[in-house]
Amino acid sequence: MEDKAIYTENLTKRFGNFTAVDQISFEVEKGEIFGFLGANGAGKTTAMRMLCGLSHPTSGKGNVAGFDIAREPEKVKQNIGYMSQKFSLYEDLKVWENLRLFGGIYGMKSKEIAVKTDEVLQELELERERETLVKSLPLGWKQKLSFSVSIFHEPKVVFLDEPTGGVDPVTRRQFWELIYQAAERGITVFVTTHYMDEAEYCNRVSIMVDGKIEALDTPKNLRQQFEVSTMDDVFQQLARRATRKAD
Amino acid sequence: MVALSANNLNKSYGTVQALTDLSLEVEKGEIYGIIGPDGAGKTTLFRILTTLLLADSGTATVDGLDVVKDYKQIRQIIGYMPGKFSLYQDLTVEENLTFFATVFHTTIEENYHLIEDIYKQIEPFKDRRAGKLSGGMKQKLALSCALIHKPTVLFLDEPTTGVDPVSRKEFWEMLMKLKTEGITIIVSTPYMDEATLCDRIALIQDGEFLKVDTPRNIVADYPDTLWAVQADQMHQLLRDLRDLPFIRRSFSFGETFHVTFDNDTTPGQLKDFLAAKSYTNIAIKEIEPTVEDCFMLLSRK
Repeated sequence: MEDKAIYTENLTKRFGNFTAVDQISFEVEKGEIFGFLGANGAGKTTAMRMLCGLSHPTSGKGNVAGFDIAREPEKVKQNIGYMSQKFSLYEDLKVWENLRLFGGIYGMKSKEIAVKTDEVLQELELERERETLVKSLPLGWKQKLSFSVSIFHEPKVVFLDEPTGGVDPVTRRQFWELIYQAAERGITVFVTTHYMDEAEYCNRVSIMVDGKIEALDTPKNLRQQFEVSTMDDVFQQLARRATRKAD
Repeated sequence: MVALSANNLNKSYGTVQALTDLSLEVEKGEIYGIIGPDGAGKTTLFRILTTLLLADSGTATVDGLDVVKDYKQIRQIIGYMPGKFSLYQDLTVEENLTFFATVFHTTIEENYHLIEDIYKQIEPFKDRRAGKLSGGMKQKLALSCALIHKPTVLFLDEPTTGVDPVSRKEFWEMLMKLKTEGITIIVSTPYMDEATLCDRIALIQDGEFLKVDTPRNIVADYPDTLWAVQADQMHQLLRDLRDLPFIRRSFSFGETFHVTFDNDTTPGQLKDFLAAKSYTNIAIKEIEPTVEDCFMLLSRK
């Protein structure tokens, strides 16, 4: 199990008598792009919070980036990156200031931050916007920048929670190219999305229904297994089995 | 019959031009979709049409009433579901609904038939405070509250954003039923696949409409033959396709790439090229464009 980026064994979270996450067991390989799908209320967010060391499991085990999520949550946090559609960057800080801030939080040295800042801005073709306040960047750029911030400290695993919601179709695709690049560098990507075409871009996909993982395979195998032509059809078939109310 | 019209609307916030010379006309009983990404100007347009924001210039009418002069009357006849949940978090589900019914001088009973399908799904939780509802339930309550006074025109600003594909489908089924009641629906969404469910759509970006038509016509106007290309090693394929001189455009679309060729190129040429590069399981087939293909073509700057 040491060589896995993420593994869980019967990972469970209960709130009172409600079982939000119900004995999920899965593994994610290093450098894999893993899609974590499910309807609203299926338990994705709760599972993700546990994997990020933000919520203590009720029972079961989990290991992320080599650390136990229950016993070493602080170690987990230091070794992962996180980005969501909602919280991304500090709007009132300049582009370079955001990178400086997050680099500092993760304990990077000033010199390292300076070198990396140049690299990232060049990669995103944002050199001219170095001194721009983040709030005046177009949304698409903000999303790309906040992805770069989430992997700025070269985490072993990055968690992306609906990173492309509301983003225009061209930028959405550029965003996925950044994800591919990160994965090629060996960063493991754990991503949730409501765009089913994006599920196809993942190496493997899991689908949660009522707190359980009901399917886990490559998109191609899932389509074959359910005898449908798109991931959307796979999702519709599985999610319609849900008996519990959303969220 | 025109339910709504706008002429040359302009709106800026400081130096940011949110809407530029935007005009539209919506027929009675139509489901009219405003399709575009965040920041395109969708919410600004909705706020002007619902009399909550003044345009810098231009005019607009709802059911023949002027959005500036007759704003009070317009507010009586429209329903508005903002993108951000705006009900009273500390009131229960039922209290919220009763409140909105009372404000509009009606009762829940009087128009219950309009909201029945939607409301009965959250009725078991009618004593729960709105702030404690899940995202999906909030959405259903907000729609119920926007409908309880039987509006003539219903404005829905991104009602399905962040909602999973199954719930999105259910939501659109509800809209289809409302249409049969004769309610005109203006709905915005960033999800291109929802466009095909509208009677007509306006593709919006950077405060301007790229195109307005029926989804079918928009797709039919796509100027090139579109091919879906597939092979093993998809990521490498993206780079190779991009470098090929005879490929005009290439975008990833789920498990395939949507590709257009320069004039004289045939799919056979591409197949030969890919085979020479030792790709395996190559498949190239002609396909019908989607609204998203059209949006990307129109929005290319």
